[in-house]
Amino acid sequence: MATATSSETAGRRSSGVTAPSLRGERRGGTLVLEAAGDWLARTIGSIESDLERTARADLGADVAMDLSRVGQIDTAGAFVLERLKRDLRAKREHVEVEGLAERNTALFAAVGSAMDRERPVRQRERSKILTNAVIAVGSFVIGIKDELVNGLNLIGGAMYGAGSRISGRTQSRPAAIFNQIDQMGVKAIPIIVLITFLVGGIIAQQGAFQLRRYGGEVYAVNLISILVLREIGVLLAAIMIAGRSGSAICAEIGSMKMREEVDALHVIGLNPIGVLVFPRLVALSIALPLLTVIANLAALVGGAITLRIYSDISFLNFLQGLQQSIDLFTVFSGLLKAPFMAILIGLVAANEGMKVGGSAESLGLRVTAAVVKSIFLVIVMDGLFAIFYASIGL
Amino acid sequence: MHAEGTIPVENARLSSAATRDESGKEVFIRARGVTVRFGAKTILENLDLDVRRGEIMGFVGPSGTGKSVLLRTILGLNQKQAGTIEVFGVDYENANDRDRLAVERRWGVLFQHGALFSSLTVLENIQVPMREYLRLSPKLMDELARLKIDLVGLAQDAADKYPSELSGGMIKRAALARALSLDPDIVFLDEPTSGLDPIGAADFDELIMTLRDTLGLSVYMVTHDLDSLFQACDRIAVLGDRKVLVEGPLSTMLEYDHPWVKSYFHGKRARTVVHNGKSVVQSKPNGAG
Repeated sequence: MATATSSETAGRRSSGVTAPSLRGERRGGTLVLEAAGDWLARTIGSIESDLERTARADLGADVAMDLSRVGQIDTAGAFVLERLKRDLRAKREHVEVEGLAERNTALFAAVGSAMDRERPVRQRERSKILTNAVIAVGSFVIGIKDELVNGLNLIGGAMYGAGSRISGRTQSRPAAIFNQIDQMGVKAIPIIVLITFLVGGIIAQQGAFQLRRYGGEVYAVNLISILVLREIGVLLAAIMIAGRSGSAICAEIGSMKMREEVDALHVIGLNPIGVLVFPRLVALSIALPLLTVIANLAALVGGAITLRIYSDISFLNFLQGLQQSIDLFTVFSGLLKAPFMAILIGLVAANEGMKVGGSAESLGLRVTAAVVKSIFLVIVMDGLFAIFYASIGL
Repeated sequence: MHAEGTIPVENARLSSAATRDESGKEVFIRARGVTVRFGAKTILENLDLDVRRGEIMGFVGPSGTGKSVLLRTILGLNQKQAGTIEVFGVDYENANDRDRLAVERRWGVLFQHGALFSSLTVLENIQVPMREYLRLSPKLMDELARLKIDLVGLAQDAADKYPSELSGGMIKRAALARALSLDPDIVFLDEPTSGLDPIGAADFDELIMTLRDTLGLSVYMVTHDLDSLFQACDRIAVLGDRKVLVEGPLSTMLEYDHPWVKSYFHGKRARTVVHNGKSVVQSKPNGAG
């Protein structure tokens, strides 16, 4: 039997493809539906609506199906023919099927028995807009609590540090930290220098143009130096790092989560937060202040060059203006924010990374959320610092 | 209704070029002199291979002998340095887009880890090739996808689940359903039964054989499962020393004199299977390929 089938099927899909057709013909009192052509997945699209109409039409009591002129056929073709037969049978006592080629009986039997298997009726849930809105609000509010708990858990885990759960000893993993500083700090220098240089130049130019009206073009030096050192340098560096390293941290931890590597760390007896998050947090809080220094310098150089070109303020004058307008506090009020922002970026990214589920889609969603949230929070934190400095009178 | 010429891709041209071997059987895959190198390391050298219509061909070999590399090379996922591979008579690597598409519609691949699209449900996964290539109503595509789910023996309530919610065996079956979604002429299975329990693996072998018998499917199966080799495979090819060491039915394997082949087919684990499986092998009429 098996031999017969497989050698016969060898002739089944030979050359050429003809579109399938279904023709009704009266023979005596019986309506014979004659199927012809090739009934393949790629051809039955042309006859699908005809079949549905046939199944619904009033064809009288005596109907038979003649399959003797069917050429090539596959499961899709067998399925639609079998379904037609079943639809016709649902209305009548008996529907004769004739001319089914021997080579195709096994196919029809397999398709038929697959169709016989019970299929659960899918219950479509009615979407209720009002209920859904309430549900969304509720889950958002509860979600905030979870976010906070997760964040605290991460901070706690990171403070607990790289401590091994078994030995209780702290393993600080300097290699991992230095590797991360290289990845997130050193390799970010070119892009941060470029961006802050340009922004410094642009601010200096606009400042000089506006101050020129009041004859105080020279105060552009004060503007650029205070603005860059207190706000722009650290903000730009933090936003760049949030985009660059926040996404990387989230994607790394997320894909480790997806492949159960985080679980593997757990069962080995390591604290995943200590191993994965701690080095990154340490590296970020070392790298971001250093990057801020570089960003400040680049922005000041950009400003100095612009003022030299547009306002004839020489580099020496620029330096003198700089010396008069800033003091040590101006420099440190900016730098002070950097480690806080670094920890914020790292926590948000790691938190989002830990929330990655099983699918590639969720990884994308989480990385997006990590970047958006950390940039937002960096700016909020900058605002809080501004309020703080103002209220302590500096 | 469409006239004959409007059917998107017809394979008349391909079939006319079909290669046949000396016994007149149609050859789906013909590899000649295939050499694959990664850097200085030669994985496959001057390898010849035929896979014929309607047969289940099993590939075995020690780990690292290039079973997966050969599979990926046939599928065009690896570059080869020399030789030709014809799939359905088409030199896939050098074919134009139209011929490539025609070949891709006639093969299905079950990757080792399923490679289901993680953001789609099982039903949507199965429909991906259908949506791309077939002009069918969404309703019929739903029904056909559900038919495939039934054919591979997956429970219907898995249809709306995401791959991350499935067990290993269910992933294999769902991936097979996707591989079968266009009713291919040949399916490539990379370790289909690894990670399945013995009963599940036996069911899977049974399923593959049923599909061969009902759909006339050819199967290219990379496997380490001795049961699969003995029960399901019409022919076996052993890869080693960068080429096909020996190919043929099980009887050839048992007689072949090569240390690895000997220890594989006459090892402790094999002996029990051969002993119990011998009657099965002999009673299977097309077991001799």
